[in-house]
Amino acid sequence: MAETRLMTINMGPQHPATHGVLRLLLELDGEVIVKSVPDIGYLHRGIEKLAESMTYPQALTLTDRLDYTSGLSNNLAYCLAVEKLLDIAIPKRAQYLRVLLAELQRIAAHLLWIATHALDLGAMTLLFYAFRDREEILGMLELVTGARLTPSFIRIGGIAADIPEPFLPRVRAFVATFPKRVDEYETLLTENIIWKKRTQGISPMSGADCIDYGVTGPVLRASGVYYDVRKAYPYSSYEDFDFEIPLGQKGDVYDRYLVRLKEMRQSNRIVGQAAEKLPAGPVMAVDAPQVTPPAKEAVGKDIAALIRHFKIMEEGFRPPCGEVYASIESSKGELGFYLISDGGNKPFRMRVRPPSFINLGALPKMIKGQMVADVVAAIGSIDIVLGEIDR
Amino acid sequence: MAKSTACELLKAQFPEAVRGIDEFRGETSVTVDKERLRAVMAFLKENEGTLYDLLVDIAGVDAGGGSPRFLVVYLLHSMKYNNRLRIKVGVSEGAAVDTVSDIWKAADWMEREVYDLFGIEFSRHPDLRRILLPEDFTGHPLRKDYPLKGVDFDKPFPVCLEEEKGKQTDG
Repeated sequence: MAETRLMTINMGPQHPATHGVLRLLLELDGEVIVKSVPDIGYLHRGIEKLAESMTYPQALTLTDRLDYTSGLSNNLAYCLAVEKLLDIAIPKRAQYLRVLLAELQRIAAHLLWIATHALDLGAMTLLFYAFRDREEILGMLELVTGARLTPSFIRIGGIAADIPEPFLPRVRAFVATFPKRVDEYETLLTENIIWKKRTQGISPMSGADCIDYGVTGPVLRASGVYYDVRKAYPYSSYEDFDFEIPLGQKGDVYDRYLVRLKEMRQSNRIVGQAAEKLPAGPVMAVDAPQVTPPAKEAVGKDIAALIRHFKIMEEGFRPPCGEVYASIESSKGELGFYLISDGGNKPFRMRVRPPSFINLGALPKMIKGQMVADVVAAIGSIDIVLGEIDR
Repeated sequence: MAKSTACELLKAQFPEAVRGIDEFRGETSVTVDKERLRAVMAFLKENEGTLYDLLVDIAGVDAGGGSPRFLVVYLLHSMKYNNRLRIKVGVSEGAAVDTVSDIWKAADWMEREVYDLFGIEFSRHPDLRRILLPEDFTGHPLRKDYPLKGVDFDKPFPVCLEEEKGKQTDG
């Protein structure tokens, strides 16, 4: 019998299927993976350290750069944590608009995921369909926030500005057509025999394993575990909306695909409800003048407003001593911010609970005993963003 | 099961290990003795009345001048009872904390990150290496005494001209 030995190969850091700069050290027995060691940190920018040198409103801009496919979700999680620290109430209109924007952002993030995931597995057509719809969402977000990638639009105390006139009609048109678009994706993939062969039974995780590894988000739900922060710890009025949490059974790549597709439909429902039920009123907290800057018109006319404006922009504000944790269900999983205040105007400690980082920790378990070609499918199915992993 | 019940159970089971219970904005933090951490964590995960099966996060904190200097903060979630609990242990400089990576696999990478950025060691961790920073990096950036910017961040890069390069190799 011929002698056999294991082979070690590097996948990445510059590999198109790793969605960023991720290096995997794979130990192979033929084509079967015996051991894998992810190597991360290529994109580390020290966001947690930087936040300690910035005032609370300034640190908001850092959060855009975490998971850069869903800047608004990151803004929302950070603002919820600071607002919890301050203990201020947010007007209903701002809460609904936050939900609307965050759900649009989730659809956009999932569209980017399905486009690249399908491309990795050789289904190129879907990329063009998904990007067509993502472009429409980014156009709408640009209309409201003025930015496509780094909005910093959800602010401490509410949102930066009310929506412009043409926004809601565009949202309604999108909500009406989007389910048909998801049907199109399903026609291309769900019953596609090649897609099924590449995804069914690949890198399965049981629900118990997912919980053990701290996995959250669609990957956890694809394994049949009912955990979604929007239902478990409702924030920003999610309890007012009627939506379901899709679950899978086998926890393989195919189930994760199905769960995300269903999630897009549910997000679309939430967007529609938020647009219909949107209450009138202010979009910034009115009873927290120490936190929210004055209206722009007032700054030019009223000396007190001018002073208040400069005070907030220069010094920020001083929340009481204490520590809070606030989290949201981002498109990748539970995104949390753990803030400690020492009574100063800068966070004493800002810890980001990054869903991609923790989900990636389960990758070695997922791909053990699988084939090399399936690693691409597994990475795609976790939907990682390296900006959030490396911070 | 309410969070307060978890605290009661903890106090009944480990009267000597519970150092303090804080409530702030509806969140409960329990400070426990570092030596009893593993026993407390195993109890919280396995006990029928608590069942904290999901380790949400581990955060390091450099309390600055405080004593002990560091805190390691564990955030737990119970799928069954749908509530969260925060467990804190104080760690003095140079001391090690027992790993919980065999209780929750999720702790493996989280503890590596705390070790990388704070320099807090976790004893009996299966693979305690830096995770975000390169292996040859010196220092632990999230410590309060670590500078935000390098000492020479505003100095120009050393310019090495072609002719000087020639001189260097010649001389």
